Amino acid sequence: MTYLRWLAAVAAVVVALTLQVSLFPHVAWHGIVPNLCLLVVVAAALTVEAPFALVLGFVAGVALDLAPPADHVAGRWALALTVAAFLAARVRQDQKPTALAVVGTVAASSFVATSLFALSGVLLKDPAMSVGSLLEVVLVAVVWDVLLTPFVLPPLMRLFARLSPQWATS
Amino acid sequence: MRGFGGQDGRERRWTGLDKLESRNRPPRSLLVALVLASITLVTLDVSGGGSSPLEPARRAVGEAFGPAESAAAAAVRPFTSVPAWFRSKGDLADEVRDLEASNAELRGKVELAGFDRNRLEQYDGLTSAAEDLGSALVPARVVAMGSRQSQSFTVTIDAGSDAGVGPDMTVVNNDGLVGRVLRVTRSTATVLLIVDPDSTVGGRVGSSMEIGFVTGSGSLKEDAGLDLRLVDDASVPSRDDTVVTWGSSTGPYAPGVPIGTITEVYSSLREASQRAVVKPFVDFSALDVVGVMVPSGAASDRAIIEADGSLR
Repeated sequence: MTYLRWLAAVAAVVVALTLQVSLFPHVAWHGIVPNLCLLVVVAAALTVEAPFALVLGFVAGVALDLAPPADHVAGRWALALTVAAFLAARVRQDQKPTALAVVGTVAASSFVATSLFALSGVLLKDPAMSVGSLLEVVLVAVVWDVLLTPFVLPPLMRLFARLSPQWATS
Repeated sequence: MRGFGGQDGRERRWTGLDKLESRNRPPRSLLVALVLASITLVTLDVSGGGSSPLEPARRAVGEAFGPAESAAAAAVRPFTSVPAWFRSKGDLADEVRDLEASNAELRGKVELAGFDRNRLEQYDGLTSAAEDLGSALVPARVVAMGSRQSQSFTVTIDAGSDAGVGPDMTVVNNDGLVGRVLRVTRSTATVLLIVDPDSTVGGRVGSSMEIGFVTGSGSLKEDAGLDLRLVDDASVPSRDDTVVTWGSSTGPYAPGVPIGTITEVYSSLREASQRAVVKPFVDFSALDVVGVMVPSGAASDRAIIEADGSLR
């Protein structure tokens, strides 16, 4: 069951990453696209046990860092998505999260992940960007992620819950 | 504990808490380990510089994702052209008027071209008499674009080392300079756009032949433009002047590729240099077909457009 779950999670990350770089640039707002990989990680953090979600966050982040056309310093998305997974796993209550809780978690994780990525860029000067454009990127990214939540999160959460029966019943 | 409604309620609460403990508390040790792993990756990549130890990993991941991105882009392409079908007659009439205007403008330029060509010939004769600039274009399509969240302006194109593309080659489209190739896999290549803040192109102002450096502004908005700094602070670039690449035999950009037109000029007293805003010819938010400049006669898996316009 664990292997199956890993397989499903990695497949979800691959599909999310491909759509993120190939489909969504066509509808992007000033180049800002929804972060589908983050949505996959949050869905995992809200349904299955935390270690799995944390490692999935790291794996998705490394994929974002290395898959073309990425050219930033590798490890920055890995750091951001690991922390986002940690936060999402902490926010979760011990019952099926309500729709509002899911949207709130996505918004918070998106804000934290994009900000962490931007801050690491400021620290590494990779590249140096103005605060105004950073804020614009972070806020628009949060709006994008929240907009896509109703379409992406429910099927993913159902998938993860079905593949981990020990939590599916609660 | 009395407040929770007697024995039964307390029992339930305890089992609940038990589950809460096991499920809701992410292990801090794992978080610390993964964060440290991320920082290790960052350190490796930063200290490695150009020959980063992560380049083989990038290449391996690129080999895996490249075909997927190409396939996804091919599947999406029919749908992205749908909005073009729904254009009204008014839009088309406007477009015809615009095209007529630019046509007239171009005709005016052609009438002046003889003079420019003479000057260009003189210049070319002086500097690169022996050099054969004949290069060929490998056609490619943009299959993936980096997001603004990732803060880098890069795209993936569907031509790689199999098509004869290699690092540091110049990428153009029919409007002008697009960027340069950063790294290649077998079927794809990553291109750094000239709007990226990390990108610096040697530029030459068309009318005065003054050289300078064109830096990306980090924005896809057309009016943001590129930043031109001239080396000679005594010369003032003029508005509406064309900037072309300066180019060198060792650098990545081929000479003479049009970059954009100067829209604004500032002189900075403090830095004692001239700064100009260059509006690129290429619309970076709607990149599709591009060409990679390869040496003439290079081996490729697809038809190459040679310098004289023939397909091979």
